[in-house]
Amino acid sequence: MTATRAVVMDADDTRRAIHRLAHEIIERHHGADRVVLVGIHTRGVPLASAIAAAIEDFEGVPVPVGELDIGLYRDDLSRRAATTLARTSVPVDITGRPVVLVDDVLFTGRTIRAALDALSDLGRAETIELAVLVDRGHRQLPIRPDYVGKNLPTSLDQRVVVSVPDIDGEWGVWIRDEEET
Amino acid sequence: MRHLLTIEGMSRADLEDILDLADEFVEVLERPIPKVPTLRGATVATLFFEPSTRTRLSFERAAKALSADVLTFSPGTSSVTKGESLKDTALTLRAMGADLMVVRHSATGAAHRVAQWVDVPVINAGDGAHQHPTQAILDALTLRRHFGKLDGLHVGIVGDIRHSRVARSGLQAFSTLGARVTLIAPPTLLPRDLAGWPVDVANDFDDVLPQLDVVYLLRIQQERGGTTGFTSLPEYVRRFGLDDSRFARLRPEAVVMHPGPMNRGVEISPQVADSPRTLILDQVRNGVAARMAVLFRLLASPGAER
Repeated sequence: MTATRAVVMDADDTRRAIHRLAHEIIERHHGADRVVLVGIHTRGVPLASAIAAAIEDFEGVPVPVGELDIGLYRDDLSRRAATTLARTSVPVDITGRPVVLVDDVLFTGRTIRAALDALSDLGRAETIELAVLVDRGHRQLPIRPDYVGKNLPTSLDQRVVVSVPDIDGEWGVWIRDEEET
Repeated sequence: MRHLLTIEGMSRADLEDILDLADEFVEVLERPIPKVPTLRGATVATLFFEPSTRTRLSFERAAKALSADVLTFSPGTSSVTKGESLKDTALTLRAMGADLMVVRHSATGAAHRVAQWVDVPVINAGDGAHQHPTQAILDALTLRRHFGKLDGLHVGIVGDIRHSRVARSGLQAFSTLGARVTLIAPPTLLPRDLAGWPVDVANDFDDVLPQLDVVYLLRIQQERGGTTGFTSLPEYVRRFGLDDSRFARLRPEAVVMHPGPMNRGVEISPQVADSPRTLILDQVRNGVAARMAVLFRLLASPGAER
């Protein structure tokens, strides 16, 4: 298998996109007093923390950040290797508060469908919005993002890879063409 | 993992994988809605040919918390009284759509046999005096959640070891996870051959009592001939019962466990049973999460018959 990689966003681009996402969330909510961010494992969690840190910088209010593992809510469990479950924890009761779900890449929408189910089991949020760093298209469900770092048209045989500092060293978005040889 | 029939042969990594999963299910069970849709559409059959309260209820609770359906079979109300065999019962439940079978039987190897007859995962929920793997997993989970890890813990298993599947499975799991296990019983209640077991043996409870981090008490198994192992019940209580004076001599951080059902006043005094230093109800609580982890591993993976 050969793979070619192209940089879509470098660390600075990604940081700017995160800051814009933070500003848009503040703008739409007239501040960030009640907002709860919930990142989807794996890379949605550090992304949610980064957006929360930016919001805190701009507004001076701390934003609670939760983490969600959707492994128990998948619709394709019997077709995929079940891996370990990551921690699900949201530090505040989301009932009656606006929640922003955060994920790195929006693709088919199935992860978000599962995340919505998972979130409803934790409480009844006032609203649920979706923030993603990259929207790569190819939705299979009627799901759309509210905040988008970058719209990135892709073909189905490409992979979009987001790197985050805690896991991969630094922020970045890559696109990979994979060909079987 | 295709079936869960025995702890023997499971590696430390295998056990820790299940315990890590179980930790997440403990979180699920603490939610306002303690239920997830993971196994929607799957059917779990429980075949209990021996009486059981907590194990069967625990499996049912675990299956339902994962949104699976449960088929309950018990011989008292079934065609077993008409002579239907274990094999025919298993094949019948499979034909009704069972995707997994939980088997308890008084004969050693019963669950292994069922696993040969049906093409779905089988969980051994106790076969004679042989194995009870989910009990070992829930006990290891309880210890890991209480102490952080099992490495270096000294676990004393006290009582009718010879007739105890709980002891066999438990000592294998505890020692694989790094604990030191001492079996404490009169020679008549110890297995005849202990060669190759990763354990120490003590015939005097009072000698080892002050060194133990965990006192794991077992019930005298009257239905398996446990009462023939000593001269009288008062004699057993005097030498091996965890009474108030022995309890007072335990290390301050030591805990007491029991797989249930307890005989208050025999292996455990009523005061000890109700003490906050016993983890008996934690064991019951963690049992549901441990069984959810096993069901998840066996049913939510490729190759599962769903």
